[in-house]
Amino acid sequence: MGKPNDLVQGTLDLLILKTLLPEAMHGWAIARRIQQLSGEVLQVQQGSLYPALHRLEQQGWIKAKWQESETGRQAKFYALTAAGRKQLESETANWNRLSAAINLIVGEA
Amino acid sequence: MRWFHQLVMRLRMLFGRHSASLRLDDELQYHLERQIAENRSAGMSPGDARTAALRAFGNPALVRDHARATWSWDRLETFFLDLRYSLRTLRRTPGFTLIAVFVIALGIGANVALFTVVRSVLLKPLAFHDPDRLFTLYEADSHRKGGHKYLPVDFGSFHEWQSSTPSSAEMAAISPWQDYNVSADGGQLPEKVRAAWCSWNFFSVLGVTPAMGRSFTVEDDRPDAPAAVILTNGMWMRRYSGDPAIIGKTIWLDAKPYTVIGVLPPSFVFTSSFGGNKLQLFTPVRHEAPPWLLTTFADHEFLVIARLLHGATLPMLLDQLNALQQQIQRSQAGGSVHDGATGHSMLDDAVESYRTPLYALLAATGCVLLIACMNVASLLVARSAARSKELAIRSALGGGKLRLLRERLIESMLLSLGGGSLGLLLAWGALQWLVHVRVDMNRIETIHVDAVVVAFTVAAIAFCAAFSGAIVAFSIGGSHMFSALQESSRAHSAGVARVGLRRFLLVLEVGLTVVLLVGASLLLKSYQRLRSTDLGVPADNILTLQVELPAARYQKSVQQVAFFEQLITRVRAVPGVEAAGLVSTAPGEGWNGDQLMTVVEHPPLQPRDIPDIAVRGADPGYFAAIHLPLLRGRIFTADERLDRANVVLISQSAARVLFPNEDPIGKHLKGQMSDTAYEVIGVVGDTRWDVAQRPMPTLYWPIFGNDYTFTTIVARSSNHVEALALPIQKVVASLDSDLPVSDVMTLREAIGKSTIDSQFDSLLVLSFAIIALLLAAAGLYGVLAYLVTQRTVEIGIRIALGSQRSQVLRLVLADGLRPALAGLALGVAESAIAVRLIRSMLYETQPLDPTVFLGVTVTLFIVSTIACLAPAWRASRLNPMQALRAE
Repeated sequence: MGKPNDLVQGTLDLLILKTLLPEAMHGWAIARRIQQLSGEVLQVQQGSLYPALHRLEQQGWIKAKWQESETGRQAKFYALTAAGRKQLESETANWNRLSAAINLIVGEA
Repeated sequence: MRWFHQLVMRLRMLFGRHSASLRLDDELQYHLERQIAENRSAGMSPGDARTAALRAFGNPALVRDHARATWSWDRLETFFLDLRYSLRTLRRTPGFTLIAVFVIALGIGANVALFTVVRSVLLKPLAFHDPDRLFTLYEADSHRKGGHKYLPVDFGSFHEWQSSTPSSAEMAAISPWQDYNVSADGGQLPEKVRAAWCSWNFFSVLGVTPAMGRSFTVEDDRPDAPAAVILTNGMWMRRYSGDPAIIGKTIWLDAKPYTVIGVLPPSFVFTSSFGGNKLQLFTPVRHEAPPWLLTTFADHEFLVIARLLHGATLPMLLDQLNALQQQIQRSQAGGSVHDGATGHSMLDDAVESYRTPLYALLAATGCVLLIACMNVASLLVARSAARSKELAIRSALGGGKLRLLRERLIESMLLSLGGGSLGLLLAWGALQWLVHVRVDMNRIETIHVDAVVVAFTVAAIAFCAAFSGAIVAFSIGGSHMFSALQESSRAHSAGVARVGLRRFLLVLEVGLTVVLLVGASLLLKSYQRLRSTDLGVPADNILTLQVELPAARYQKSVQQVAFFEQLITRVRAVPGVEAAGLVSTAPGEGWNGDQLMTVVEHPPLQPRDIPDIAVRGADPGYFAAIHLPLLRGRIFTADERLDRANVVLISQSAARVLFPNEDPIGKHLKGQMSDTAYEVIGVVGDTRWDVAQRPMPTLYWPIFGNDYTFTTIVARSSNHVEALALPIQKVVASLDSDLPVSDVMTLREAIGKSTIDSQFDSLLVLSFAIIALLLAAAGLYGVLAYLVTQRTVEIGIRIALGSQRSQVLRLVLADGLRPALAGLALGVAESAIAVRLIRSMLYETQPLDPTVFLGVTVTLFIVSTIACLAPAWRASRLNPMQALRAE
């Protein structure tokens, strides 16, 4: 994932929303979490992550709050809004439908 | 709830932009710190940890920009940023900015002004009801070649036309060249006003209802009806101070009482190719005109206005009228019955003569605008070329190509906007001036700057911005970015290639300039021809004044002649008057009367072969006063008056037409309308009734007799002839205080009036051409000066290696003159085509006049050489050491 539009935009949004579901997190932690959870396969570049975070914030899916981080420094923590939760549900459903469909085709061969 | 979040975000992004941007930096900084900390814990040294983190992070400025790009108002923000940047760039070079804005202002201003005139005068529909169905009808004559295509109509034919085509059109007749003497009343001086006789349905055919009172009815339009008059709004406001009780009041016209029955709305203006926009009042024709005029087919005094009924078309109507007219001609004996009918829309009738000149002027201003745009584009390109290193560096630092391009476009937009606003002001000023100086023009009163004009201005600005922006964008390109950086490291002249586009623009620019110059020179030459045309008499030091006697008080010939004789005697006694005479109409002051004349001693001619002769009345002193030479025979004597006034002088061309190869003296002439035979007693020189027209065969008979009720006083003085106007007016007033004196002007002014069109067009096009020439010269200079700067090192090397300075001069000069010569060739070719379009505006001047083309070529060559000489000279004076050190 180099430039922001290399990864299908909705996919990165989905990953971020999903990552934020259990708790609020700052940008660096979100990147680390996605990397860990994907078994080091997905590496989110800063060049994609921050524009995506700001876009989600502008759209009202997530909200940001400055608070003290684990290192004791102020950091910007993102959390899901109620609308974001709904968005996550519908995007997850969408993703499931889409990947199942792709699997049907790719898995056949 | 989501909309609320979004709203909060939007507001925060709008008002808290600065803190948001600080926080974004902080957020990214935090990310970086965490990455460094992680690298450290993986065992890297502090320096390595930092470098690795930065490498992983990528270009922080770019990440920040991308994140910011997702914020609300981002586009607006970048736009303002670019705007501020462009403004700053423009402010840094005020000279360039001022010149560019001024150049565009000239281009746009001229276009907006001309567009306003074209739209108001040529395109706006007439202010009548359903104006598309209104047509002005005329007679035509297949046997008369040349002269006017549209001939006025006789009332006999009008009557026939009206009664035979009731299902095709409603027709009204108007005779717009009448006048009345409004008597002194209520402390006002007597005054002669222009007026029209019209058939009673004239206003209803146009669809005009009076603002006050009523229109004419059939009952008003009868010989025995009480006299009625309708005033224009202007007349009512001016002479009667808008008196609300004017309806029903009596005013005195030509010493007879008339009842005012209506006042027209302010918007009402009648215009035709025979004038009419100065009409002050209207009277019903059947009440006013002498009975014979209402039945004749031989005296053509009317225009016919037709409103086509639904289903009818002009060609259909004209077919009917043509057939009718041929029938009339067969049944009538007289020679001056016309055999055809013609016509065009009322709008065309009013403005057809302005169409070619106005469109030619609009084309000229279009050229000026194009040239202005090219010049500004050329300047912008030069600047961006000079800034190529800056641009390349910005591009290397991650500045998007689109962003750089947008900046250039915004720059050209700002220049166009500034120029356009200034141009709109210029246009407004120009229009004020135009309305002031061209009161003679039909529909000039409709000229207004309105929403459409403003929209046109905006479009012109957009066009300028897009045009010069596109050229700049095209010439910046993208791939040169890095070659620009390399260029500086070695002294070569890669800049030359970059100049190709500007050279091409220059060729176009010079081409357009040549077209303008050729057009302007042709018009100017034609105007000079017109000015130097010989009226037939010397035009200097002659004052003319018109006096008209109201028929009601000067009914008998004896009274009229007695007045004229007293008048001229007293005028001659005015101190300063060296000579004076009376004539019905002075040379150069209009057509005013013609008759078909036959020679009594000759066998009868076919009706259509009878020559048409202009008729003038004159007193015995007129010929000497105006210096009209007597070629043969003698002048009238003082007692050839009243009953003995049956003698004529004929002009040279009349002698040729009436008496080919024989001596006219002693022969007799007879008009169509009376049985009196006039003895030819002398031959005088030819005069022109209009400077732009050929001399008309003319006869003169004594004005002391022959029923003249109007005269022109012609007075000569060796200096300050204008100063005679007041004393002569006092003489008239002392004879009859109720007589207005009108059309007081010198013969020069009369000529000036009929050449104003030509003067106006030629001077305007000339000023556009000069602007274009200056712009083209500036363009040439700019490109060459830039080239020389680019090639400083190369030229330095040449000189250092022993090249002669004269050689360098030639080299650079040739470089600059090449596009000029190409443009010249292009322009001459374009002109050869373009001049055909203005053929109708030229007077005794051939469109392909070789001296004009040669003159323009030489002028352009000289101007472009001068423009190129300065940079070439500078190049040849280069100090090679300095030049080489310049790198």
